[in-house]
Amino acid sequence: MQELLTFTIIGLSTGAIYAVVASGLVVTYTTSGIFNLAHGATGMLAAFTYWQLRFDWNMPAPLALFITLFVLCPLFGILTERFVMRGLQGTSEVVRLSVTVALFAFMIGIANWVWPSDSSREAFTKFFEGNTVSIGGINISWHKLITFGCAILVAIVLRLLLFRTRMGVAMRAVVDDRALTELNGGRPDRVAMFAWALSAMLAGLAGILLAGEQQLNIEPLVLLVINAYAAAIIGRLKNLPMTFAGAAVLGLLDAYYLQFSDKSWFPQSIMGFGISGMRASIPTIVLFIALLARPQSRLRAGVVRIREQNKVPTWSASLMGAVALIAIVVAISGMLTRSNTLLLLNGFTFAIVALSLVPLTGYAGQMSLAPLTFAGLGAIAMSKLPGDGNLLTLIVAVVIVALIGALVALPAIRLSGIYLALSTAAFAVLVTKLIFNQKQTFMSGNIAVPVLDIPFIEINSPRGRLILASAAFSLLGLGVVAIRRSRLGRRLIALKDSPAAAATLGMSLTRTKLAAFAISAGIAACAGALAGDKVSPQQYDFTQSLPIVLLTVVGGVGTVGGALFGGLMLGGNSVLASVVPTLKNVTKILPGTIGVTLGRNPSGAANQIADAFRSLSNRWSLLAFAATGGIVIWILDAQYVISHWAFFISGVFWLLAVTPNLVGILQAPRTRQIIASIYLAIGVIVAISIDWDNAVDSTGKRLIALVLLIALFGVGAQRLTENAPRVHRASPDVIGLTTAFTDEELDHAERELGVVL
Amino acid sequence: MTNPILELRNIRASYGSIEVLHGVNLSIGRGEVVALLGPNGAGKSTMIKVVSGLLRPTSGQLIVGGRDVTGAAASALARAGLCTIPEGRGIFPNLTVRENLLMATFSGHKLSDIEERTYSRFPRLSERRTQLAGTMSGGEQQMLSLARALATNPVILLLDELSMGLAPLIVAELYQQVAAIAAEGVSVLVVEQFARTVLGVADQAVLLAHGKVQVSGKASEIGEDVLAGAYLGS
Amino acid sequence: MSLLEVRGVMVRFGGVMAVGGVDLDVQAGEVTGLIGPNGAGKTTLFNVISGMQEPTAGSVHVSGVEVTHEAPHRRARRGLARTFQRLELFSSLTVRDNVRVAAELAALTNVDETVDNLLEKVGVSELAEQTAGDLPTGSARLVEIARALATGPRLLLLDEPASGLDEAESDRLGVLLRELTADGLGVLLVEHDMSLVMHVCDRIFVLDLGFIIANGTPSEIQHDPKVLHAYLGAPS
Repeated sequence: MQELLTFTIIGLSTGAIYAVVASGLVVTYTTSGIFNLAHGATGMLAAFTYWQLRFDWNMPAPLALFITLFVLCPLFGILTERFVMRGLQGTSEVVRLSVTVALFAFMIGIANWVWPSDSSREAFTKFFEGNTVSIGGINISWHKLITFGCAILVAIVLRLLLFRTRMGVAMRAVVDDRALTELNGGRPDRVAMFAWALSAMLAGLAGILLAGEQQLNIEPLVLLVINAYAAAIIGRLKNLPMTFAGAAVLGLLDAYYLQFSDKSWFPQSIMGFGISGMRASIPTIVLFIALLARPQSRLRAGVVRIREQNKVPTWSASLMGAVALIAIVVAISGMLTRSNTLLLLNGFTFAIVALSLVPLTGYAGQMSLAPLTFAGLGAIAMSKLPGDGNLLTLIVAVVIVALIGALVALPAIRLSGIYLALSTAAFAVLVTKLIFNQKQTFMSGNIAVPVLDIPFIEINSPRGRLILASAAFSLLGLGVVAIRRSRLGRRLIALKDSPAAAATLGMSLTRTKLAAFAISAGIAACAGALAGDKVSPQQYDFTQSLPIVLLTVVGGVGTVGGALFGGLMLGGNSVLASVVPTLKNVTKILPGTIGVTLGRNPSGAANQIADAFRSLSNRWSLLAFAATGGIVIWILDAQYVISHWAFFISGVFWLLAVTPNLVGILQAPRTRQIIASIYLAIGVIVAISIDWDNAVDSTGKRLIALVLLIALFGVGAQRLTENAPRVHRASPDVIGLTTAFTDEELDHAERELGVVL
Repeated sequence: MTNPILELRNIRASYGSIEVLHGVNLSIGRGEVVALLGPNGAGKSTMIKVVSGLLRPTSGQLIVGGRDVTGAAASALARAGLCTIPEGRGIFPNLTVRENLLMATFSGHKLSDIEERTYSRFPRLSERRTQLAGTMSGGEQQMLSLARALATNPVILLLDELSMGLAPLIVAELYQQVAAIAAEGVSVLVVEQFARTVLGVADQAVLLAHGKVQVSGKASEIGEDVLAGAYLGS
Repeated sequence: MSLLEVRGVMVRFGGVMAVGGVDLDVQAGEVTGLIGPNGAGKTTLFNVISGMQEPTAGSVHVSGVEVTHEAPHRRARRGLARTFQRLELFSSLTVRDNVRVAAELAALTNVDETVDNLLEKVGVSELAEQTAGDLPTGSARLVEIARALATGPRLLLLDEPASGLDEAESDRLGVLLRELTADGLGVLLVEHDMSLVMHVCDRIFVLDLGFIIANGTPSEIQHDPKVLHAYLGAPS
């Protein structure tokens, strides 16, 4: 009895932390409609910041807490809302989720960079470490009491805020009716900003409390959010009391599991499967059940949708692309070092995984956060099936994983949007914990996947595997093109564009979604099955799936080219890190940074640049000019005329600031052409001629300078060459005063007066 | 009438690719009550959205008090004295009556003043101040939305389909309140499907159909035959 | 036996009664109009008939078979097709592919021929290769009709097909509707363009505050004082 009470208290204190995190998640979701996957990462970053102030710089705890929770967290929340989330109104759910994934990746990158895990650091101690209090014969640490107190305080403060202050009432009002709030004179943007600040504070508080219990590790802190998801989903993403109750239940389940798993009668394995990963899976299982208990999402007409501009790929272009890709890989693979070959091979493996998202997310509009999980299952199937890697084994492995994909999707496809995405995430975490981390699955940490046995061709070198991977990507890419051009492809697009219309025309949405999931799982399985080497479970971890999803969305999830871009970016990122070691840390935040820009420009900054590149694609002279410039910069570097840093900065500048502007310059009037050309030329000269290695003394400053250069010259040249209509926006504060002339009136007056420009 | 308080000049507006207003001109003088009539789908609610700042017109100008405010945010217009009671119920259903009135304080008035004026005008609401607004009857909900107009002393009042789904007796009671607001010198633009209901209150009437102004003139001069033709075809 | 029989259909959203017990029939070979003021419940009734909204009470029969609880795609296979008030084209597909998806779903043998004929019939052949999302409203509405027809329906539900159409287009729509019914199709038409409704309908139902307050021929409806009252309201 005593023991049960002890574990109840432990459970409730864990639940208290979950409750604090989950309430922050609910606050932002209800006020801005964005489900923040990066919420746990915010808490993680806050915990690290607090550690830095408190334990590394030895600030007094109250001061460190004040700075972290009441200055930096709100500031972070406000900046996130203003510069990332605000641009997301009216964008598709896929883009919104991807942006929070990007934020997630960005923050993990920052933490890895600033606080590398190998450094031996001061311990993160509990509040009042060592102090306990005895209640009813049970010793409870002060830290746990404080955690309790915080949860209760948060509940009271939130209650008072939401029901007693105008800001809080306005937050609820925005949920009820955003337009009416504006008509009342409230500013939903300000409300959202406040909500994000509050949410970041709650995440920070939870992160600090949890770090005291579990030490400072990135992963558990970030995945804390899974527990929060489960609690928030129990509260249906809007009901705070229910969310708190859900959090308490989760905490208790965890504690009781801990208690009972020590008993002799508790099974150590079920049907040969060890259940050591079970405890960590509890929140995920609860999340899964809570999601499945949600009612079927209703079929609605009139939902705002974002249109893809992708044309139907033609056979001739696709075939040419496929052949060219293989030819290029064959040609350059002979010149690569072994380690670079492996990196590029990695890139192609990622590209195949990314390709699996094209039919599912790109065509059918269904978000999945688990593509790598299916690749992992493919690898396991390939290694466990008999046949030692012959073609039939591959086919059987792919079919098995495709069936698993459909089976997993079956209960989940009643859901849509974030609920579907979360259920795929829950699935990925479950598979990671219960299957990938099994001793039986991965003997001594990794398994050997046999090399594909193709008649008459022997593949035994990394180069051979690289060519095989590029050929596999090309073939699968052609398969995806075939799907897009088929009856099924049209149905997938119809499903995304208007489920209501598709259903009323006689389409079974369930069957179409199942097909999409099965195909996607099958393609991803190929990536694993073709690994042809020893693989470790960490490679297929859930958190590794997120950058793939992100970069594919950035690259353009609706096209095979976008998948290639996404995969190679991820692979190329590590190439970059190995070529220019000083950039190692930069590569950690690069994917996240690129993804976050999706928020500034919902169609994607990458999309915008891609648009510019696309308009280049049939202008051979400009293309040749751009390529020549790139080669010149490369030669300068290869001949040691400029440093690696100058090469990197001028190269990126050329790619992102100059090249996308070429078409605009070509089409601008003569004077603008000259001005813009000179302007950009100055930019290039600046980028090349600065002594980056010595004059600028840190990596961070160099990168800031790079961003400024691109903003100043690239965006400047764009403004110079475009002729966007001027937007007239009057302030109504001066109602009743004299009228300002409008542009039309000025134009009219000028015409009347005979002024000719 | 040399200086209209609200003027629409050649306003065009669309939802996505669907253009709903094809160049509307309208002018309201200070203290005037203008009824905007017309059948379903004529573009009346769209016009209210444009005037209140919720929908940005694709072209044309919106002029308030002689000043071009095309493209200004709805919240800024609201703070400047433009009070809009939107279609349906202009209330927050999951807030209490009192919290609904708290939202009206963005206009710069104190909550206590707003409450006092509201409860003196609608005693029934004072009994329900802690009740969720969404659980009240349709008539009470509409009183609550009108209370914002009564208590915040706006310059211009926009009313969209006050009567939708309400019994005729309640509608008549609500329009008495509208007349009282107008008597205080507030300019009112009122959208109504039910022409007969509103023509007693209005000075001017504008008949909108197919996104264009078809007829406009003194409210008393618009005949039933014109209306019946516009609504049911002739 | 009517093509469509709606009996006692009632829909409540929380405490609000959107449709209060509606009986309505559509006959094969006729255009039946459904009109009423804003908020009368027309679109909700459409959603009930097409399976997008479960009614609180009542039943829907198509050709004598009860479909009240069937999924939308099953009803489509029974010959029910609809268009949407706010356009629901597959905006990233071409016009031709929009219609083709529907024809393929109906498992027709001569898909291409059917698609060509339908595009011709509604008069958008020259737009066939355009992306549907780029169409002006008038053409988009016609494409939606062609798409609905590609499933080979016996009953077509049209939700404000003339809104956004100019006068010439709306006249053409009237002619098209007459042609279609001459082939035996039944049409239920929700429309605010009264001249179209009065010209093209064989019978009209008037919905007000969730109840059918009148039904009859166009001229009966035009002269029904109850209808005028519903549209113009009581004097204050």
